[in-house]
Formats: sequence, C-alpha cells, structure tokens
Amino acid sequence: MSAAATMGWRANLATIAALVSRAKNELVRVPGAVIPGVLAPTIFFLGLNGVFANLTQLTGFTTDSYASFLVPVSILQGAGFTGAATGVNLARDIEQGWLDRLLASPAPRWVLLTGMVASASLRAFIPATAVLLVAFAVGAHWPGIDGLLIAYAMVAATAAVAACYASGLALHYKSQSAAPLMQAGVLALILGTTAYAPLELMEGWLQDIARVNPMTQVVDAARQGFLGGITWAEIWPGVLALAAMLAVVAAFALRGMRRMGK
Amino acid sequence: MSRLATDLRVVKALGMRSVRQTFRRPQLMAPIVVFPSLLLAIQTGGAGGAVNLPGFPPVQSFLQFMLAGAMMQSLMLAGNSGGIALAVDIEMGFTDRLFAAPISRFAVVLGRLAGTAVLGLAAALWFLAVGLLFGAEIEGGVPGALVAIALCSAAAMAIGGIGAAIALRTGKSSIVQGMFPLIFVVLFLSTAFFPQGLMVEPAKTIAEYNPLSFVVGGIREPIVEGLNGTDVLEAALAIAGIGLISLLMSARALRHRMRTGG
Repeated sequence: MSAAATMGWRANLATIAALVSRAKNELVRVPGAVIPGVLAPTIFFLGLNGVFANLTQLTGFTTDSYASFLVPVSILQGAGFTGAATGVNLARDIEQGWLDRLLASPAPRWVLLTGMVASASLRAFIPATAVLLVAFAVGAHWPGIDGLLIAYAMVAATAAVAACYASGLALHYKSQSAAPLMQAGVLALILGTTAYAPLELMEGWLQDIARVNPMTQVVDAARQGFLGGITWAEIWPGVLALAAMLAVVAAFALRGMRRMGK
Repeated sequence: MSRLATDLRVVKALGMRSVRQTFRRPQLMAPIVVFPSLLLAIQTGGAGGAVNLPGFPPVQSFLQFMLAGAMMQSLMLAGNSGGIALAVDIEMGFTDRLFAAPISRFAVVLGRLAGTAVLGLAAALWFLAVGLLFGAEIEGGVPGALVAIALCSAAAMAIGGIGAAIALRTGKSSIVQGMFPLIFVVLFLSTAFFPQGLMVEPAKTIAEYNPLSFVVGGIREPIVEGLNGTDVLEAALAIAGIGLISLLMSARALRHRMRTGG
C-alpha cells in the first residue's frame, strides 16, 4: 500500500473515531438522553413477561421460561430503537446545518455514514446490558459466555441495520418529522418475527410474515443460548440475514448521503 | 353574548385546532394510530393461541379480546400527545396570548381536552372498523359499539387532563414526552392485554386494583359479551374518578402558572 493510501485510511479511521467520540460525548454530557432508550425495551420486557408468561403452558412452546424466550427480542428491540434514534439525530443535524459542515470536509461520505452507524452499534450495548440484567434478575436462563457473545453481536449488527435504514430516511426527508416512520419500520421488522411465540403457535398472516422475515433468523440465532445449546446451524442463517439486510439498507443510506447537497 | 356561549366557542375553536394539529403532524398521529395498530396486529398474530389457555374467558377470538386494549393504548397516547402539544404551545408563548385574552382560562385547557376527546372517539371508531374488517364480532351490536365509543372518548378526556396538568405545571414538552414510557407501565399493569387471572405476580395483583383495568373492562364488555351493565358502570365510575383527579391537578397547575408566570 502506498504512503498516500495509508494516510488516507488513517484519516478515515480518525474521522470514524471522532464521530463515535461525538456520540459518546452526547451520552456523557446528557446522561438523561440514554434513559428513554433503556426504559422502553425494559418496560416492554417486564410488561410482556408479566402479561404473556403463561403462554408457555401452550402445547408446543419450546421453554417453560417466558423471560428466556422474550429477552433476545427485547435486546434486539433496544438495538432497533437505538439505530432509529441515530436517524432522528441525523435529521436534527440536517435541520441545524451541522451535516452541511461535515459534508464540506474532505472526508468521504461513506466514512461519515460509517462513523454514525458504528456509534449506534456501540451505543446499543447500553440498553442490551440493562435489559439482560433485569431479565436475569427475574429468572431468565444464563446463555453461557458464547450465547451472550452471539446475542451481543446480533445486537450490534441489528443496531447497524436500523441506523442505516433510519439514516436513509433522514437523508431523504431531511426532517425529524420522519421519526415515526423510522421507529415504526424498525418495530415492525423486529416484532414481525417469532417475537411472542414459536412459529408453529402463531396465527394467520403474521405466521407467513415471520416465516419470510429475515429478522426471524436473527431472533432465532440470538435466542438459542437462552433456550438451550448453541449450534452453527442456527447461527449462520442469522449472520447471512443480517449481512443481506445491512447490504441493502447501507446502499440506501449511502445513496442518500451521496445525493445530499447536489 | 353570554359568558357560557363565549366559552363554548373558545372550547370548540381550540378543540378543532387541536384535532387539526394532530392530523397534520405525523409525530403526534403515529403514536395514536400507527403504533397501537402495529402492536394489535403483532400481539393478535403472535399470542393468538392464548385463547386456548385454561381460564381464558370465552371470546370469539383473541382479536376481539384485544380491541379494548388497543383502544385504551391509543386513547392514553392521545392524552399524552395532547399534553405535549399544550406544552409546545406554552413554550412558544401561544398559551400566554390566550391567557391574556378576555376568555375563561379554563376554557383554554378544556379546548385542548375536547380535542383529545375527539381523538379518543376517532381511535375507538378506527379500532372497531379494524376489528370488524378482520372478523371480530361486536356482541353488543350497535348500542354496544356506541357505549364503547362513548367510554373511549370520555376516558381520553379524563386521562388527557393529567397530561394537560403536567404540561401546565412544567411548561416543558420534553417532560410530558418523558411520560410516554409510564403509559406503557400502567397499561401492562392492567388487564388491557390479558385476563387478570392469567397474568403473573406482581402484575396480577396490581391489575386487580388498577383503575385502568376497570376502564378497559367497560370498553371490552360490549365487544366480547354484550351489554349487561356492571363493567360499563364500573368503567364510568373509574373515568369519573380519573377525571376528577385530573381536573383538580389541572386547576392547581393553572393557578400556579398564573401566580408565578411559569
């Protein structure tokens, strides 16, 4: 690699690190900002567990612990909301003219996008950890170190998918008014899976949607450690689904980024 | 023109403004229609097998059971959205201009609540239409549907009063917006989504005494059983109680705002 190319990569990495650092500073300076992102999935987890826990009595349910069945969905939901919040923050930056200043810098646009998406992936660990701690306190099974690492990897990648999708919308609408579209899209993607019950126990059209929704593979991969043993056969469809979704939404967001200011 | 007629004109004008404002802003509309509809669809498809659990009350379908919960969720979010909009009006100085006008100050608040009541009515109509479209039967027929709609509208107004009181007391939309997760807490701790007998502790015990359980029971009765009065009467009493509390809170917050100017 030539010296110029090496310097270029170093500059790109420094830009990504600076954008991640900016997101970190937002959390440090306004700690209250993290509370809604943590509260929402935690409340949903505790609420749904309190309400639907007896569903495990249905014949065909794969576990007797609804908390264990539900917790992977809740941490992915937290990751989805964190990703959607990245889109809302980007829309705010567009409205306030901050993105224009970033675009005027020599940093490539994909680098700017990567910085925002990476910060979403890292930030998603906060609600995930909070929900996991609450879940273990109410009796969710310990997934083992490997199961936990797989769950965290799924969380980071899901946040990246949600952040790309929401950023694409933010770049298209250039307004925080698009926030409900970002949140509803992410919520539908994550809950339109085997979120509440195994596929065999679901009903009607939702069963058909869950069958073809790539996110179902991700939920199943994140869930396996909480329900039993871990096998590669359950992991790779989730990894493949995430890679495919990320490719599509990253292309969507990058297209929006390239069109900005033109 | 008499004072009462003037106040009624103010209430009507501000109520219409409130409804128009909600329909024009996707941020206000989405929580009232999109999210409850999405959750209704997902919970009905995902947890529909719950009707086969021993102890589940006799219902035509889980969708029929869940309609009251979706209406309750929608009207509570309508109340919260009304509070946010009132707080935004305070932040922008619009409310101060109204308070300086020769009109009753309480009519200004009542105008906002009238708008919330209309949104509660619209939410009830929307979910009844969705239910009928997807095969749910309204056991109480047209009179039962009218009772459910009336209860929704009154409950939206009563619960909206709490949002209005918080907006008047704090004058900050971010604080009213912060109540959003609490809405889900009290909803999950009621019988909005599941029969009380099948919930797990501590949600089961809390749901037994939660006033929202009485409200949702009254809305549900005409849909799943037909009109026999007991639950409807309890709901009316619970709504009156909530309304009285929100009225006192609003009056106190209004007095405080007038005395201190903020």
